[in-house]
Order: sequence, then C-alpha cells, then structure tokens
Amino acid sequence: MSDAIDYSSLKKGGFMRQKQKGYFSLRLAVVGGNLTAENIKTIAEVAEKYGHGYVHMTSRQGVEIPFIEFSDIEEVRGKLAEGGVKPGVCGPRVRTVTACQGSAICPSGCIDSYELAKEFDERYFGRELPHKFKFGVTGCMNNCLKSEENDLGVKGGYIIDYKPETCISCGVCIKACREGALKMEDGKVVIDKSKCNNCGRCVKSCPVDAWDYTPGYIVSFGGLFGNQIYKGEQIVPIIKDKETLFRVADATIDFFDKNAKPGERFRHTLQRVGEEEFRKQIQKAYEGV
Amino acid sequence: MSDIAFDEEVDITDKVCPLTFVKAKVTLDELEEGQILAIRMNDGEPVQNVPRSIKDEGHQILKLKDNEDGTYTLYVKKIGD
Ligand code: HEM
Ligand code: SF4
Ligand code: SF4
Ligand code: SF4
Repeated sequence: MSDAIDYSSLKKGGFMRQKQKGYFSLRLAVVGGNLTAENIKTIAEVAEKYGHGYVHMTSRQGVEIPFIEFSDIEEVRGKLAEGGVKPGVCGPRVRTVTACQGSAICPSGCIDSYELAKEFDERYFGRELPHKFKFGVTGCMNNCLKSEENDLGVKGGYIIDYKPETCISCGVCIKACREGALKMEDGKVVIDKSKCNNCGRCVKSCPVDAWDYTPGYIVSFGGLFGNQIYKGEQIVPIIKDKETLFRVADATIDFFDKNAKPGERFRHTLQRVGEEEFRKQIQKAYEGV
Repeated sequence: MSDIAFDEEVDITDKVCPLTFVKAKVTLDELEEGQILAIRMNDGEPVQNVPRSIKDEGHQILKLKDNEDGTYTLYVKKIGD
C-alpha cells in the first residue's frame, strides 16, 4: 500500500510524511503571515475533523495541520479549497514568502512589506528550482522578519533628503539617528552619508517634516539559516523602484536555476561557482542594461 | 542657546521606557492647549524615542536642548485636548 504513495508529488502539494506511518502533516500556503478569519475557521474545522485538533505554526509564518490520514487527502484538499485555503509547498521550489506588517500597520515601517510579499508570491511561489528558495520582506531596519536569513531578503529603508528651509533646528533628529550620521552646524543639519543606513528615524522623528524621502529596498542575497548559517549580503545599493527590484530578483532566480546542482542551496552555489559572475549579473540587472 | 519660556516642567529621568513616555503624556494631558511643557529626559533610548512618540501624539515639538549633563530637555507645545 505505502509503495503506491508518490511522496515527491505529495511534498509538492504540501503533504509532509510523518514518522507515524500513513500520516501527513499538511502545510498550507500563507503569504506574508496573513490569513483571513474564514481561512482560520476552515483550518480549525479540518484540524478537528481530519487531524488531531491542533495546528503547528512553522518558523516561517506557515501553518501545518498534522495527522492527516493518507486516505483523507483528497477530501481535505476539497474542504480547504472551499474556505479559500491553498496547500503550501515543500521540496525544491520557491517557498512561503514571509513579511512583517510593514508600513500599512507599523509606525516604523518604510515599505509596505505585505503588498510586496504578495507580489513576490504571485511572481515566484512554487516555481521549480534545483533546491528550496526563500524570500522574506521586512519593513525597516528593525528587521523583525530577519531579512538576511533568506536566499533573497528585502528590507525597507528611506533615502533621505534634508530641507534646510523647513528645519526649525530643534535637534531631535540628531539624537534620533543611531548611526551618528547627523550633526548640527550653525543651526543646520549636516549629514554624513557614509554613516547613513537609511533607517528613516530622522524623517519619522522630525516635528516639521523637514525631510523629503524615497522609500527603498535593501536586498540581501544568499542567506542560510539551517545546518549552516550565513548572513545574506547586500551587493548593490538601496533600490528605489519595484521595476529594478523585480529585475534583480529575476536575475537572482535565473542564476540559481542555471548554476545550482540539484539539492544545492543558493549560498553553496555562490561559493562553488564564485561570486564574481553573480555580482556582475546583479549589477547589470540593477543598472537595467 | 536661549532657553524657551515654558508653563510646566516634568522630569522623566527617574523613569525607564515605556514609563518615560507615560509620565510625559500624563503631564501633557493636564495642560491647556497652547501651553508649553519642558520635559527633562536621559540620553540614550529616551531621547531617541520620546520626541517621536510625542510627535505621533500630535503635539508640536519646539526644541531639544542638550543640558550637557547627560540629560536633554524637550520643549513641547500642547495641541488639542
Ligand atoms: C516612549 C516609550 C517607549 C519606548 C522608547 C519603547 C521602546 C521599546 C523598544 C526599543 C523595544 C524593543 C523593540 C525591538 O528592539 O525590537 C520595545 C519593546 C516593547 N515595548 Fe516598548 N517602548 C515604549 C513604549 C511602550 C509602551 C507604552 C508599551 C506598553 C504599555 C510598550 C510595550 C513594549 C513591549 C510589550 C515590547 C516587547 C515587544 C516584543 O518584543 O514583542 N512599550 N519598546
Ligand atoms: S521590521 Fe519594521 S516595519 Fe516591520 S514590523 Fe518590525 S518595526 Fe515594523
Ligand atoms: S536615515 Fe537613519 S541613519 Fe540615516 S541619517 Fe536618518 S536617522 Fe541617521
Ligand atoms: S528634527 Fe527636523 S526640524 Fe528638528 S533639527 Fe532635525 S530636520 Fe530640523
């Protein structure tokens, strides 16, 4: 009986084989950590009727329903679909896109993380690759969603522009900046751009909005947070528009697809083939040439 | 740096976050619209965060003065009731 089970196609559909024979933990699709109330009710019903009455929250904002029996799989799929719940994916493909609540909800947010996560999800979710590939989006320098642990991580920031004519020289931004990038000289703010990390605290603290700002995307590549740990690295400056961001993300996925061996994580591909070529291609995508 | 005239003052250097902001807010609540409060706070976390929280509450920040003793004084004009 168990010989008839096609595990890899089940994994593709989010069914993870449990150590208990014949049982699967069903992974669900979650984008940016949000589920509707209807989704949650449906999940609860399925967990009660077909599982053991509980769910497991994964470390990357996923939800799994353990103890689904093999014979119930089709029925469970149907029930979940009725409540708008889609199965997740496991195996060698683009995984759950994670996100914090971002600027739509959080006062610290510089970008709309959830919106961007949905866009990444629509573009890449489930895409077949040599190994798993993770996207994560965090709204600001506070990094609640741990951007650099992802294969491709995005962090929101502000590119700042001081307006001396509006400034009342109150001094608040000088202290709000944690990078020591600002000082006051003759009643005007002087910025040391080399120290600025685009956190946007100066903009958010200024009582008279004496700053213009452009939201931007700080991208990190090649993070790993499993058996081995590597921090994703930023290799191009903060990106100012989504078009460029998606060009860079496309180039990253293409590079991984073309160069990785089956079962090799992105970081290891970069180490094996050398980062030079990758940097060149990302630079090209960044410049749009 | 000439000091700003104020109506009321509050010292929050004896508090840690989040009570720094709570104490400042309670004092502000008792003022009349347009009155000015001088808030003395510690360097570090309070001076990084309290001005922004006060701004987010809708009050008007006038000045942050370095007292050069490890404390700062924030002058705030009360807006609204
Ligand atoms: C000006 C006032 C406040 C300051 C400066 C402040 C500052 C902070 C900072 C820096 C953190 C750590 C965040 C991080 O590093 O990720 C934090 C966390 C937290 N604050 Fe405040 N806070 C303030 C007001 C409040 C208030 C009014 C409350 C609730 C009554 C509060 C409750 C919390 C809680 C529960 C956390 C932990 C959140 C978590 O880790 O999940 N804070 N605060
Ligand atoms: S990363 Fe920034 S925007 Fe996102 S939840 Fe944390 S503080 Fe808010
Ligand atoms: S964006 Fe952040 S680091 Fe840059 S000057 Fe403003 S407060 Fe400082
Ligand atoms: S916080 Fe705004 S008004 Fe105050 S010194 Fe900075 S730029 Fe000027």
